[in-house]
Amino acid sequence: MARHQRPNTEGGEEFEDEINPVNNHQAILHQQFSDLEQQREASAAGIWVFLGSEVMFFGALILAFGVYRFNYAHAFVEGAGELNVVLGSVNTAILFSSGLTMSLAAATNKMGSRLWTLIFLLATVGLGVLFLAIKGVEYHEDWSKGLFPGEAFRWTGSDSPHVQLFFLLYFIMTGLHAVHLLVGIGLMLVVLWLAWRGWIHDQHFMPLEVAGVYWHFVDLIWIFLFVLLYLLGGKI
Amino acid sequence: MPPVLQTVTVAPQQGGPSYLREHSLRSWLLTTDHKRVGLLYLFTIILFFAIAAVAAAIMRLNLLTPRGDLVQADTYNKLFTLHGVLMVWFFLIPSIPNVLGNFLLPLMLGARDLAFPKLNLLSWYIFILGGAIALYALLVGGVDTGWTFYTPYSSTYSNAHVALMAAGVFISGFSSILTGLNFIVTTHKLRAPGMTWFRLRLFVWSMYATSLILVLATPVLAMTLTLMALERIWHVGVFDPALGGDPLLFQHLFWFYSHPAVYIMILPGMGVVSELICAFSKKRVFGYTFVAFASLAIALLGFLVWGHHMFVSSQSVFAGMIFSFLSFLVAVPSAIKVFNWTATLYRGSISLDTPMLYAIGFIGLFTAGGMTGLFLATLGVDVHVHDTYFVIAHFHYIMVGGMVMALMGGLHFWWPKISGRMYPEFLGKMTAIVTFLGFNLTFFPQFILGYLGMPRRYHAYPEQFQVYNVLSTAGASILGIGYLLPLCYFIWSCRYGKRVGDNPWGVKGFEWETSSPPPTENFAEPPIQTEEVYNYPPPSSEPVI
Ligand code: HEM
Ligand SMILES: [Cu+2]
Repeated sequence: MARHQRPNTEGGEEFEDEINPVNNHQAILHQQFSDLEQQREASAAGIWVFLGSEVMFFGALILAFGVYRFNYAHAFVEGAGELNVVLGSVNTAILFSSGLTMSLAAATNKMGSRLWTLIFLLATVGLGVLFLAIKGVEYHEDWSKGLFPGEAFRWTGSDSPHVQLFFLLYFIMTGLHAVHLLVGIGLMLVVLWLAWRGWIHDQHFMPLEVAGVYWHFVDLIWIFLFVLLYLLGGKI
Repeated sequence: MPPVLQTVTVAPQQGGPSYLREHSLRSWLLTTDHKRVGLLYLFTIILFFAIAAVAAAIMRLNLLTPRGDLVQADTYNKLFTLHGVLMVWFFLIPSIPNVLGNFLLPLMLGARDLAFPKLNLLSWYIFILGGAIALYALLVGGVDTGWTFYTPYSSTYSNAHVALMAAGVFISGFSSILTGLNFIVTTHKLRAPGMTWFRLRLFVWSMYATSLILVLATPVLAMTLTLMALERIWHVGVFDPALGGDPLLFQHLFWFYSHPAVYIMILPGMGVVSELICAFSKKRVFGYTFVAFASLAIALLGFLVWGHHMFVSSQSVFAGMIFSFLSFLVAVPSAIKVFNWTATLYRGSISLDTPMLYAIGFIGLFTAGGMTGLFLATLGVDVHVHDTYFVIAHFHYIMVGGMVMALMGGLHFWWPKISGRMYPEFLGKMTAIVTFLGFNLTFFPQFILGYLGMPRRYHAYPEQFQVYNVLSTAGASILGIGYLLPLCYFIWSCRYGKRVGDNPWGVKGFEWETSSPPPTENFAEPPIQTEEVYNYPPPSSEPVI
């Protein structure tokens, strides 16, 4: 098979497909492009520009956080002390691992191993769901401690309004991140389905790559949130 | 020189059938053709413009008398909010980019469509959804905060439908982002062979700069409005000082978006005018690279001057000085453009067709608007005229005198390409002149009013200001005619206008090499750019004057 002669199969032998790949499905060339290369470049450029927009979206929020963190440092440290750093760290590790499985899915796909691609994609989805589950546990814990801003907010310590501001920003930032992750999981499921049907393979990988770039971005945002929110309080 | 118009014969349709061939509603609502999406946007923004214009008309009528006899103060507040929100987000921001930009960008690049045609259609539906929510907010009672949504009034005290209106603006923002993304990727990846960056049309450069702002600034507005709405719904302090927030942060974030956004509302106009000036003086623009880079410089510097809206908002004097200085800087690239357009006219073979009249009107009015921007950016002067009619006149000179003039000029210029037919030239010229006069009569008195101290956003005023207000209202009615007439004769020309050939103006550019109206796939043969852009023969050696 021609695939064996491609230069990037280096070390690919051990990933040789156990299932017969359905590689006959060709990528569709949309009419506005003159060739597949151009179409791929356009998708890649598209996702990067979109991420530029996303950076500004989170950027505004992080700026607001920064300003208040600076102005009300004491209240913010108090508030951060209430967060569960253990669960936060576990979640960070989980999201990191999902980034790894995502990269492996992309790499194995390029090597032409459909089985491994499917396995790694499934693992990515699983880790994403696990993250959200743990986040849910944390939210529940926060809620029962009366940390959810608004009517239900209970704070016996000093400077309650600004502690509440911390929690407001905490819920908005992590909530928005969770929404992004949810979208990411949805994308992954689509990619998974496409790969399952054999519509994504070593010659046609753009949907996977684009979803992957988005996934890594969502990971990256979390790193910032984790450092900003959890590592502020310093209590374990 | 006689207009080239009479000499052309109608060329046979090149390539497939014209993009206007199919008539079913379905073929419009499910189209992914950038030209059709452009027209969908055109119909939509005309609707929003009409509603916002009615609000303006009622305000102007109310201001005929010092006591403001027509509407109550509260209604007046809702009118100017409605006017501002609709005009800014649902008319002016999508105007040139989404109508002419959608229609022309792929044509000018020699591409078959935008890079993501489905996304383009989606952006229109998102826009419709946002617009519908904004109109719903209007129907259930309106909003009284002004288009700026300043906190804590908007988030705590106003009894109006602020969150709903913010949701409408928020949603329509995503249509801006998707459009910007599409334009950027298309410009990078879909240029025809031979179309190097420095052979791009100036309209494309200005669209590119605009798109950068759309993509990078709009999300900040989205986040700011979200925080404002959450504070309102949740009653927790983000911006309300009584609840522990900081109202200045809102202003910073809002203007961080909204100053760049005012450049979304002028850069496309500059792009159109660059095209018109070249086309009607049959000359390459003077200093092409400067004009092209000026667009990028404006986009970039525009992000650094937002503080000039906050000189009197207890911002530190030091910050005020920096923002003042940076605001002066941003005027430099704008001035470069004006000088270069003027230099292009010199020794060109100028023909004063309707689009050119609009372009010349643009240059004058934009210059007046930009210069008064410098007055405002001067710290001490701004303390005097801040929140007066001077500011109103300043931005209307740019947004209406500049951008809307450019939109009209562009629509006239490309109308033969869009519809395959000519508008009535004489009527067009008359309209351009009426618009120009009506505009000045409406807004020039407002400079004086502001300087004399009449504050903005009041429904009544002291008697000594009446003369200027009456003048302004009179001007507004003339201006109204200037906008109604083109609406009528454009519709008329769709049926009865004279059919035109591929290149009725006899100018350079890919869009003039294909049929009028173009086939769905734009070009029968993929075009190749073989020469420099605006490669007109050098002007004759004897002086024209
Ligand atoms: C030459 C560059 C410009 C400078 C130096 C400038 C300066 C200013 C300043 C200092 C203000 C604040 C006045 C005040 O509130 O007291 C202002 C307001 C405004 N400008 Fe400009 N401007 C420029 C160009 C533009 C352009 C191109 C547009 C629109 C297309 C524009 C639209 C506006 C609007 C809408 C406001 C008022 C916002 C509000 O308070 O509702 N300006 N300008
Ligand atoms: Cu500004």
